[in-house]
Amino acid sequence: MKKTPLFERHQKLKATMIEFGGWCMPVQYTAVIEEHRATRSAAGIFDICHMGEIEVRGTGARDLLQSVMSRNLDGQETGQMRLSVMPNVRGGIIDDLTVYKLGEEHYMVVTNAVTKDGDWEWIRKAQNEKGFREVTLRDISDATGKIDLQGPQSQVMLQKITLGNLAPLKFYHFMSTEVLGIPSIVSRSGYTGEDGFEIYADSRRIGEIFDALLSTGTPMGLKPVGLGARDTLRIESGMMLYGHEMDETVTPYEVVYGWLVDLTKEFTGCEALRKQKEEGVKKKLVGFEMIDRGIARHGYKVFGNGREIGRVTSGTFAPTLGKAVGFAFVDRTHDSPGAEIGIEIRGQQARARVVPLPFYRRSKT
Amino acid sequence: MAKPNPTDRKYTKEHEWALDQGSGVVVMGITDHAQELLTDIVYVELPKVGKKVKQMETVAVVESVKSVSDVYSPVSGEVIEVNGRLENEPELINKDAFGEGWIAKIKMDQPAELNNLMDASGYEALIKETTH
Repeated sequence: MKKTPLFERHQKLKATMIEFGGWCMPVQYTAVIEEHRATRSAAGIFDICHMGEIEVRGTGARDLLQSVMSRNLDGQETGQMRLSVMPNVRGGIIDDLTVYKLGEEHYMVVTNAVTKDGDWEWIRKAQNEKGFREVTLRDISDATGKIDLQGPQSQVMLQKITLGNLAPLKFYHFMSTEVLGIPSIVSRSGYTGEDGFEIYADSRRIGEIFDALLSTGTPMGLKPVGLGARDTLRIESGMMLYGHEMDETVTPYEVVYGWLVDLTKEFTGCEALRKQKEEGVKKKLVGFEMIDRGIARHGYKVFGNGREIGRVTSGTFAPTLGKAVGFAFVDRTHDSPGAEIGIEIRGQQARARVVPLPFYRRSKT
Repeated sequence: MAKPNPTDRKYTKEHEWALDQGSGVVVMGITDHAQELLTDIVYVELPKVGKKVKQMETVAVVESVKSVSDVYSPVSGEVIEVNGRLENEPELINKDAFGEGWIAKIKMDQPAELNNLMDASGYEALIKETTH
């Protein structure tokens, strides 16, 4: 199992560690709900060093990425990031990732942990097939440390240790700056539904930033947050997780990623996706909330009008909402908000209702 | 740190406790160590009164945010009472696993089965073994 540069710190904080995508990661430090609430009310700090970063640079970098990404990167300015899907020829999702434009013909692609090596191979293959000889691909995952700081107080906390002026930084924008004097990329983005930042810096020094944020933030309510609360936070905010809601057999139109597909441009998988857009999808990812008691979890069967119509992909107790919610794939007969579905929990059907996403939306001031 | 395991009761290797109340009835629940592992219990599925269980058969289910876990009956017998407060206050198990967080009372078929269970020191040795 791989260890992140923050591993010893997690041990010192007495985190419970688990395996995730080949990495030894903290699942919780104290308790999931406590960490979840801290993130919603003040801030949480997350070790995200396991995620992958691939640098794409040189003449043709943009066109290479355009040829593998479903999202149109035209009009993206330096300092902007974009969420995208990288589909296979059938339109299935190889990965969902963020593309940071560092400069003209210079990008950083941020991948999920389990998919990084596959992403690398896929982009490499496209480069060779399409002859982008001037483009340099670099896997900078091991050299790059990543921390997420999420929650309403995160700007105040991070501002204390960075030269960059955070207040004008817009959502899904980033700056190259210094944090604690360490060259860093800081974007206003995240995976919790709160205001917050993703911070990238040299993996040998990321620990210093982690320590400094913990010591400045703790008096203001900052807590280190493990993968347990990372999951409850992202589910409440209606965000999907690769390997649960998505894999290579699922297309962007079947989940909530249709908006990441631009069919006016050419890219790998665009024909399959054009065809699917025309014909319509057969299954659809929906959000649901439980009417009866119980938590529907990954893999549980979903029923509608007495027949099996799908599977649960993620489910949890949502601490902010005080009820159990989740995602499921269902037949199109049951994909509208309000539809009642049954979910088999330990041999018995519990009632649930399809609801609009997200489950939770922060109040913006 | 988990609370000390009371010496007045017996323990299973699956982290349940059973307290002999006399007249063939035990109160049972899960240990403080177990609730620490689970954290944040959000649902408890209680058995119906009258349910017959065998020793180490599932008698209840506890769901935490993270996971679902079966709770095994420390003895064979009939469920004669359940802790209904857990329906609305599942966190009682997190707060007081050995007391207010009790799960069920079971009328034992074979009181001698209690001898199959561990005492507090045996249970502590088991926890030490599994957490290192």
